[in-house]
Amino acid sequence: MDLRYTEQEEAFRMELRAWLAEVLPQLDPKPQRDDWTARRAYDANWQRMLFDAGYAGINWPSEYGGRGATPTEHLVFLEETERARAPYVGMNFVGLLHAGPTLVVEATDAQKQDHLPGILRGDEIWCQGFSEPNAGSDLASLRTKAVRDGDDYVLSGQKIWTSFAHVADYCEILVRTDPDAAKHKGITWLIMPMDAPGIDIRPLRTMEGSTEFAEMFLDEVRVPVANRVGDENDGWRVAMVTLSFERGTAFVSEMLQTLELCRDLADLARKVTSHGSSAWDDRGLRRDLGHLAAELDALWALTKRNISEATRKGLVGVGGNVFKLAYSDLRHRLGELALQLLERASLSLDDIGDLPTGAHVQGRIHGISISIAAGTSQVQKNIVAERVLGLPKDR
Amino acid sequence: MFSLAADGMGVREAVVVFEQLGRGLVPGPLVSTWLAAGLIDGAADGTTLVGMLEPQPGATLVEHADIIDACLLWADDTLWQVPISALHMERVERPLDAGAPVWQVTGPVTPEALGATALASGDDATTRYLTGVVLTAALQLGVALAAGELATAYAKEREQFGRPIGGFQAVKHLCADMLVKAEVARAAVYAAACALDGASDDDPAVAASAAKVVAGDAALANGRYGIQVHGGMGFTWEVHAQRYWKRAVSLDVSFGSVSVHSEIMADAL
Repeated sequence: MDLRYTEQEEAFRMELRAWLAEVLPQLDPKPQRDDWTARRAYDANWQRMLFDAGYAGINWPSEYGGRGATPTEHLVFLEETERARAPYVGMNFVGLLHAGPTLVVEATDAQKQDHLPGILRGDEIWCQGFSEPNAGSDLASLRTKAVRDGDDYVLSGQKIWTSFAHVADYCEILVRTDPDAAKHKGITWLIMPMDAPGIDIRPLRTMEGSTEFAEMFLDEVRVPVANRVGDENDGWRVAMVTLSFERGTAFVSEMLQTLELCRDLADLARKVTSHGSSAWDDRGLRRDLGHLAAELDALWALTKRNISEATRKGLVGVGGNVFKLAYSDLRHRLGELALQLLERASLSLDDIGDLPTGAHVQGRIHGISISIAAGTSQVQKNIVAERVLGLPKDR
Repeated sequence: MFSLAADGMGVREAVVVFEQLGRGLVPGPLVSTWLAAGLIDGAADGTTLVGMLEPQPGATLVEHADIIDACLLWADDTLWQVPISALHMERVERPLDAGAPVWQVTGPVTPEALGATALASGDDATTRYLTGVVLTAALQLGVALAAGELATAYAKEREQFGRPIGGFQAVKHLCADMLVKAEVARAAVYAAACALDGASDDDPAVAASAAKVVAGDAALANGRYGIQVHGGMGFTWEVHAQRYWKRAVSLDVSFGSVSVHSEIMADAL
């Protein structure tokens, strides 16, 4: 076992670092959180810059216009972009990390031609229509129906947690095409154009105060049969294909930000006064923070271990679930510690005085979502217990 | 025992061995004898067993004093050898961990007072201490794994309300938590071993402390959860669940506890 990077990986790092140093100063300032038109333009512009420089679709196969990077190079890419505070994938998330990879494996040549270049260039924004009000953790029980009518499917139903719905061009959507089949066997994966008549989008306000995602109501929306990816009623398998793309890199950016957050918190503790002395003099607080730092180092080591395993075996395996569970729990505790340190400054989402307090309150709120999004910790524990440890399914 | 020098074994290989020793609850002054190999005659092949002196005002307890010939003592940036004959001590009648019998040392515990011989100093002494931290963390990893394995096997076999208790989410989630704790610890321990072997860019001191915190936590938590999953039987002497928790406690206070290494981590921030 050797955790050092190879010469080739270091060369890739230096080339990327030089490019980032050159282009990042040219970027416009980040748009306001709720200015969706500006956000789309900003994210699309960044994606186009990546594309022109040959970094778009870093992990996509090269025959589809991607970089075809190894998982370790992908890790280096994420480390460097984070280090340089480059823009995030933003609203290109679904297209680049979810729908695109699925199309690469499952779509017809015509469908690939229609969408992959646009996704890579940042011209096409995608959203995801998987979850429903009654199909969350139990996704396969989804009920949005699609009835065949000539060359179209006619879609009716309701989707939820659809990020970027109001700015997206296409939606990767799971629909029920056979209501009589077993729940996993009557589902179909479709490409739904977001300008089709009958789509009503209602933004959902999150506890962070932003409208990051939406509810989507479908009333007899016509989607051409030609937009079906995979066979009719084979959509569950198609949806699972995306998961096989996960190479342990999903949380790398998050993780690096959290390492930073932890160091910032230590700095803050040295600057604030609590009960007459520096908060840093509080041994209990120092220990709690040091404990979290140790866990973060361990999770960073686990991330590298997962990426290495994925490189050798093609799949992350249980390490992915282990990471998600441990990281979710850690973020809750880190957030609690931040609020404890801030005391009454935690009552404001904006910075108080000249100390960067707002980021920590905001970070605490964001931390709450992690044990819920992409599979709640409770569902993750069921998966670990049943699929890895072989405990009975009986609940 | 294996010899570091003779077998060309690095810390990366050693942690895999110590993980299994921990898993099997193998008793003895394992880490200190390993560290003495090449420094004290006979330590490499186990003909001389070497213990460890960790001074604590009013409570300096030495493990396995009946079978060791000498003790290691880190003080003043130096690694010392203390002859067993120099220690005034009395056997503690009821040790917490039956696999770690202890003797209480009386009188001053300093290299001068004990007529100690210097074995290594500076970076060499530090690296050997950090190796001890990481090997102890590897033992803790083994304990965490074994406690989880035992509890999971029991959860599959023990039936209540007409079905295996491992089918109940409250129980299966404890089993999942144990796996998570152990696997996160494994990542930290292996990464620290790489750092000590120069096979990563991480700071060995920080990596070692991180490993001791996370593996120590895993062993203690899994020890406790393991007893809980066994219910009443977990509280009995005959079920091994209790032995994992007791070993977790004795390993935590070797080479610096979770608290001690948490503070080191904080200072590195």
